[in-house]
Amino acid sequence: MTTLPQSTHKKLGLAIDLDICVGCHACVINCKEWNTSNYGAPLSDQDAYGAEPVGTFLNRIHTFEVKAADKPAQTVHFPKSCLHCDDAPCVTVCPTGASYKRVDDGIVLVNESDCIGCGLCAWACPYGARELDAAEGVMKKCTLCVDRIYNENLPEIDREPACVRTCPANARHFGDYADPDSNVSRMAAERGAVPLFPEQGTNPVNRYLPPRPKADIQTDGDIDILAPFLDTSGASNSASGPSSTTAKGLLGWLDKALEAI
Amino acid sequence: MNKHIQPDLDTSPKVSDEIRKTTCYMCACRCGINVHMQDGKVKYIEGNRDHPINRGVLCAKGSAGIMQHYSPARLKAPMKRVGPRGSGEFEEISWDEAFQIASDWMTPLREKHPEKLAFFTGRDQSQSLTSYWAQQFGTPNYAAHGGFCSVNMAAAGIYTMGGAFWEFGQPDWERAKMFMIFGVAEDHDSNPIKLGLSRLKERGAKIVGVNPVRSGYNAIADEWVGITPGTDGLFILSLIRELLAAGKVDLEYLIRYTNAPYLVNCDPESDDHGLFLYDNNGKPQVLDRTTGEPLPFDQQGVKPELATDYTHKGTLYRPAFQLMAEKYLVEDYAPENVSERTGVKPETIRRLAAELARTAFEEEIVINQPWTDFRGEKHDKMIGRPVAFHAMRGISAHSNGFQTCRALHLLQILLGSVEVPGGFRFKPPYPKPVTGHPRPHAKPVANSPLNGPHLGFPQGPEDLAIKANGTPARIDKAFTWENPMSAHGMMHMVISNAHAGDPYKIDTLFMYMANMSWNSSMNSRGVMDMLTDKTEDGEYVIPRIIYSDSYSSEMVAFADLILPDTTYLERHDCISLLDRPISEAEAMCDSIRWPVVEPDRDVRGFQSALIQLGAKMKLPGFVNEDGSAKYQDYADYIVNHERRPGVGPLAGWRGEDETGSGRGAPNPKQIDRYIENGGFYMDHIPEEALFYKPWNKAYQDWAVERGIFDAPSPYTFNIYVEQMQKFRLAAEGKGELQPPDHLRDQLKMAMDPLPTWWQPFEEALVDAEEYPIHALTQRPAAMYHSWGSQNAWLRQIHGHNPLYVSGEIWEQNGFAEGDWAYLKSHHGEIRVPVVRMDALNPKTVWTWNAIGKRKGAWALDEHAPETKKGFLLNHLIHELLPPKGDGLRWSNSDPVTGQAAWYDLRVNIRKAPAPDNLQSEPAVAPQNSPVGQGPKNIRYGEDF
Repeated sequence: MTTLPQSTHKKLGLAIDLDICVGCHACVINCKEWNTSNYGAPLSDQDAYGAEPVGTFLNRIHTFEVKAADKPAQTVHFPKSCLHCDDAPCVTVCPTGASYKRVDDGIVLVNESDCIGCGLCAWACPYGARELDAAEGVMKKCTLCVDRIYNENLPEIDREPACVRTCPANARHFGDYADPDSNVSRMAAERGAVPLFPEQGTNPVNRYLPPRPKADIQTDGDIDILAPFLDTSGASNSASGPSSTTAKGLLGWLDKALEAI
Repeated sequence: MNKHIQPDLDTSPKVSDEIRKTTCYMCACRCGINVHMQDGKVKYIEGNRDHPINRGVLCAKGSAGIMQHYSPARLKAPMKRVGPRGSGEFEEISWDEAFQIASDWMTPLREKHPEKLAFFTGRDQSQSLTSYWAQQFGTPNYAAHGGFCSVNMAAAGIYTMGGAFWEFGQPDWERAKMFMIFGVAEDHDSNPIKLGLSRLKERGAKIVGVNPVRSGYNAIADEWVGITPGTDGLFILSLIRELLAAGKVDLEYLIRYTNAPYLVNCDPESDDHGLFLYDNNGKPQVLDRTTGEPLPFDQQGVKPELATDYTHKGTLYRPAFQLMAEKYLVEDYAPENVSERTGVKPETIRRLAAELARTAFEEEIVINQPWTDFRGEKHDKMIGRPVAFHAMRGISAHSNGFQTCRALHLLQILLGSVEVPGGFRFKPPYPKPVTGHPRPHAKPVANSPLNGPHLGFPQGPEDLAIKANGTPARIDKAFTWENPMSAHGMMHMVISNAHAGDPYKIDTLFMYMANMSWNSSMNSRGVMDMLTDKTEDGEYVIPRIIYSDSYSSEMVAFADLILPDTTYLERHDCISLLDRPISEAEAMCDSIRWPVVEPDRDVRGFQSALIQLGAKMKLPGFVNEDGSAKYQDYADYIVNHERRPGVGPLAGWRGEDETGSGRGAPNPKQIDRYIENGGFYMDHIPEEALFYKPWNKAYQDWAVERGIFDAPSPYTFNIYVEQMQKFRLAAEGKGELQPPDHLRDQLKMAMDPLPTWWQPFEEALVDAEEYPIHALTQRPAAMYHSWGSQNAWLRQIHGHNPLYVSGEIWEQNGFAEGDWAYLKSHHGEIRVPVVRMDALNPKTVWTWNAIGKRKGAWALDEHAPETKKGFLLNHLIHELLPPKGDGLRWSNSDPVTGQAAWYDLRVNIRKAPAPDNLQSEPAVAPQNSPVGQGPKNIRYGEDF
């Protein structure tokens, strides 16, 4: 068992916008390519060109359908990585102290040299955000690109997680949830962001911005600004009967309209 | 309890030794990338923040570039076939030997029958060079992959308004308030679209997705119209009808900038029926409201009529607008009458028309920027109609695709939303009038270059590629009466026609980067048979095949000679304004690739190989007067080739003082300048010239200075395409050049000068009760055609492709999770795994494109999921329509352009027992891998 810090100075995390995530997997792969070098052991791939390719990823996208009665089915893309919980069960369950939460910024990391690959943390995480690397035998997880966000060898503008930098839809945002004025705190407040599985008591830092209501669930016929114009065409049609519209009607209207130009 | 221990971390580790900036080629987007190099190896690839296309972001494919660059499927050296065709048995040879073989095969053809070489390139980004090479060789048989991709989109855009979507133009992401996106593959132009969608969402604009499948962009659209495949044209024409009925069209725009007021000959007996009235200077005439006289359309102060009868020398004329209104204001296009076919409720059609109208006209944008039009009239502001559209292959890969794309452009134009703030904006070198493009050329002469560029835009029957004896001049039958405006050729017909010897036999088939024996062909099994079929003498029916690819694809196995290409990080390339440009609406741009890594195999960039082969064969344009090679390699060509004096492949840093933009003498340091600038060049358009480009004097002058045009080329948009009417006139028996009788009715229907809709051909020919379901493919965002399966990272995302079945079809057939199904078309049957999907048009099934692989290809294990559960829908699609009983071979293509009608496929489905070995059917026998198989496990990054 390992203790968590009483509190952290910052609460760095991601705001993930489900309204704009198109499920393109850019974040998944850019995360993989950054993190297979840099911090810790490489993210290996087993049977890479074979029958059952399976590798280590720190971030994955799940796609599912939502179907409510009388509404068109929706496709939802849901990116998922470590949520850097305040009450991270993956840390408290760790038998060696390898899993820890940083006091300064709240990032949950694995000290790979102390990790024995027992897998308890993956079992304890309700989000399935940890993966045991089959080649190295250690637990891998999102580091929030701790090797990027403070990295003085990178231009300041690039000191953000690789997934955030690469996201083509701008669906991923990085910031400090401890600061109520930060980009992510504001976004979360404005959009009514929700913690994932709050009933688990993990107090996740990352937040998901929910999809905005879709217009196609509105009743058709709410807007019919064409109807008033149909009367002006001078034909036999009316607002309720556009299917009787004729070319003759339009051409009558046209004459007046051209005069107005 | 372990105490909280926090180890010291180095949070500033070294990132890389060096960043090399080049252009991605993981798909056709052509984003700028920063390639981080460490110890001479590629460590990390990220988007280039300065680059106009992707502005720093990078998709999954781009980020997986490392795995493509180090792919185990890379070819290693030139090879000649030693086993039977299709087996994949090869022997490595030297480049000298490879060039000798190629030259020995092709040189004799050039000396007698240049047309016996068919040179077709696939997803080639160097068509400016490859077409030039083919032209110098002298064969009429050249095209790239546009004919089986999206020529309907490109051609409809160019004929209608001088440019189409994607490379031609873009939505005004910063100003549009309503955006409709039709049938877009998620792997094309994907980063710009995602960036744009994000901007629209930030600004609260409404996004409407029109697509049978609600994945990707449609998943995040505010509204999804799950249209029935092949009916987009009908849906759009119904929107048009509603807008016309309500008078919600931009009359001022139509009068000023389109041919809506042009007077059209309305006398069916006249030889010029349906053509415009011209004055003695060849200027189309409009009827001036002030004087009641016909005047040239471009005369200053003219006030044209849009609807009137005018009799000129005894002939009745009416404005094109009137013909259009009469065509669409009929019951056929009423929402109630298109609803069943399209699967869209009448009230939805009516509401969407209302929303378009409200946004366009009540949310008008005004920019206080003075400008001057081509008539010389000054305007003190720019008026914007903030409705924007984008569309791709989903609406175009049908046998009614050209007219559907035309209909969409007509909708844009009626709303006054092209080249205005908030609408659709062209990207240099577009806009460009259709008359500013070359016309097709197809007359081979022994030992001589072809008489002009192969591909172009016919202006009438006189431009068809038909020999004096009435037979097609080209092997693919492009530019014939069957499909007169086949502007990109018809690559999908080449192998089938060559095998059939129809219209003639060829000797050598030379292809680049086109997986024609597999996912790039209709009827893949049949194509494999055609490629391996032999004559009675034991010779192959298609005698010789040369193929160039970087990887061990399915097509490699069918070639006699392989020219191995490099990876995209090992090569020179130019993304040229002469080709498929990457400009932005506000800037002219082009870019390069350069070898950020040197090849470690005996491979050459295909373009360099082609240039060297051209020199060996002494092709004009590739040798100096003394017979020596004119260019060492592609880099040399990129810098020194001039298409017109001072105009070459790259626009930037031209001339001795390196300040030339678009024009200027070759600069030997040009590629260095590109590399210093991050791999690209960008020249911004002045404020005054940013909108109304086809009619904006400032833009026209700017474009001339940059060599885009040699003289200002303003033009009006063609709501009515007169060139099409010329083919219809011929079909009516007028004029000297006459179509064969069996094509007259098709031409009369297809070549309608106003957008129209007809039932897709396959649907019309098969029994709708027997084949009640539509079957489609889509490309995922994380794969580019067949390339991704060799990529250890991407194949973990899309390793196999189930058939997605609508909830309605699922219930009807009583499917359960894990089930398999037989899917049958008029041409064949496949057995595949099924998965339910409700966010799908109820009459449709679909799957991801090109995931299924042949065993032995792409350095994959024979048990790879791509080769087991993975499958191709291509086996169900035939390159020919079902026989009509007339004995003729009717191509499964659009009758205007010849675009392959991939998405016309009709099928039925029934539950199947799961195969014992879970192997999808048909299973094709394995090919040998000339590159072995990829390693078992990988740990990329362990060196760093």
